[in-house]
Amino acid sequence: MSRGRAATRVKEPFVDRVFLIGVYVLLAVFLVIVLLPLWYILVSSVSSPAAVSAGKVFLWPVEFTWRGYETVLTNSKILLGFANSVFYTVVGTIVSVALTVMLAYPLSRANFVGGKFLTGAVVFTMLFAGGLIPTYLVVQELGLLDTRWALIIPKAVAVWPAILAITFFRTSVPDEVYEAARIDGASELRILWQVVLPLAKPMIAVIALMYAIVQWNSYFDALIYLRDDTLYPLQLVLRNILILNNDAGTDVAAAIERQQLANLLKYSLIVVSTVPMLIIYPFVAKYFTQGLVLGAVKG
Amino acid sequence: MANIAPTMTSPSARAAKGAATKNGPVRGAPHRPGRLARSFRQYWQLYLLVIPPVAYFVIFQYVPMANAVIAFKDYNVVDGIWGSSWAGLKHFERFFDNPMFTTVVKNTFLLSLYALIASFPIPIILALALNEIRARFFKKTVQMVTYAPYFISTVVVVSMAMLLLSPRVGIIGDFTGFFGVPAADYMAKPDFFRHIYVWTEVWQTTGYSAVIYLAALSGVDPSLYEAARMDGANRLQKIWHVDLPSILPTIVVVLILSVGSIMAVGFEKAFLLQNPLNLSQSEIIATYTYKVGLQHADFSLSTAIGLFNSVINLVLLVGVNIIAKRVTGKGLW
Repeated sequence: MSRGRAATRVKEPFVDRVFLIGVYVLLAVFLVIVLLPLWYILVSSVSSPAAVSAGKVFLWPVEFTWRGYETVLTNSKILLGFANSVFYTVVGTIVSVALTVMLAYPLSRANFVGGKFLTGAVVFTMLFAGGLIPTYLVVQELGLLDTRWALIIPKAVAVWPAILAITFFRTSVPDEVYEAARIDGASELRILWQVVLPLAKPMIAVIALMYAIVQWNSYFDALIYLRDDTLYPLQLVLRNILILNNDAGTDVAAAIERQQLANLLKYSLIVVSTVPMLIIYPFVAKYFTQGLVLGAVKG
Repeated sequence: MANIAPTMTSPSARAAKGAATKNGPVRGAPHRPGRLARSFRQYWQLYLLVIPPVAYFVIFQYVPMANAVIAFKDYNVVDGIWGSSWAGLKHFERFFDNPMFTTVVKNTFLLSLYALIASFPIPIILALALNEIRARFFKKTVQMVTYAPYFISTVVVVSMAMLLLSPRVGIIGDFTGFFGVPAADYMAKPDFFRHIYVWTEVWQTTGYSAVIYLAALSGVDPSLYEAARMDGANRLQKIWHVDLPSILPTIVVVLILSVGSIMAVGFEKAFLLQNPLNLSQSEIIATYTYKVGLQHADFSLSTAIGLFNSVINLVLLVGVNIIAKRVTGKGLW
């Protein structure tokens, strides 16, 4: 047995074995550094606030409680923010993906006159921008201020996903597809809808994910374009509670306990707002990586 | 772009064109009744399709560029953008003469430089280390876990940092307390702002940035490893003489991009980490533009500051690209 194994395995020199152990240790350190803060937040979110404040909580929950989560999940502001964010993310992603495909598909076609110019004009916006106030003035002029559309339309198309889509259409759809469709007498729109888009599903998944993450995680445009707090996305609600310390759970319990509960609420809130992304992510990470690589290698 | 223009206007090309129009259609270069018109007739649906996104870019990208003209005017709401009176370079001078000018430019530059130096080599090390090991499960786990923080929002990352660093409930305080260093209110200390900003950034983006190097490493020609083994190279020598040279082009591109955007620090995180106590180091161009523009409603000054920053970014990126082309023969465009 042991002989057979020794024969199939190439014997590594001593230096290499030591080096490899070093590599494993290094990677373990990376792992711990990333996981520890997340784990600590998770543990604190289900521990008694008093124990957390006293520094008794480290790797395991102390005096296990769901109270933080109960407070979070019954807070109307947070729930409304959550619902708003779902709306912005779903609608925003659909609008963005549709516009990006409408831009990228024609620009990828050799028959489209002016494609080079337009691509240049699109890429240029990545290098130079009008700035905060000039954009704000446009949004104001269009009457979008303090409406839901202010969070969706002004950032509808991003350059990076557009480049990705153009590259994909150009390199992954063979010319024969167009020729065959032409011979069949299909119109350009039908070619796109029935032939090209089904081929482009992985790419669509990648750019949809890119847009969805940006939309779900952003707070800045809500900060500048929205006044009405019933329109606030989750991230802005989070910022007000977590960073500005605007109490969300004021109607609960006595004054001494309130500060502690506020902290417990913070831990739970971080978990609740982060978990959706972290649950979805492992399933889509593969596509995301592919997309990133595609864009980087060919873009 | 630069090498297309000369060939198009070169004398021979012009001569050929002239000949074609004089002597009627020439074989191989038929006289066309306008390429655009023909393409349009046959592919009009493509042109139809492109209208909405082009409208988006015109309205939300190019109109703001035109609106930036208010940097040279005394903007007021009544007269609007085009009706307001010209002010020349007044608002730029106001910015340059303001004591905040040196503060925000210095803060932006130092923050960015620190972030670049700290966050540039670590993903490369992670990628090289991941590339060494063959244990698939462990490799996948490390990759997945280190990648995950990228999906966490800035608001959450900042509030996590605030909780962990808090003198009252933070674990960092407990940890340093164990070694006899009492917990401090790190958030309130200007000197800690950059460290917090940069190291949370590293925590959040290392796994993501490593992906690109991993992709480059997976494309290394296996025969190079074979040759290295024949020469008796150990693992470290293989990394040094095979892996690193192979991913050097990728490293250069990433470096160009980072250096080119060194004055383009984003607003979101710095603004969240700011408080009145650490402003002396945390006020950067982006946050200052926001405050001048939307909190003090000085639209012209804010636009001037933004424009100043945009121009610097553009010059930096173009400049770095030219240098990179000279040195390595490869640039971004």
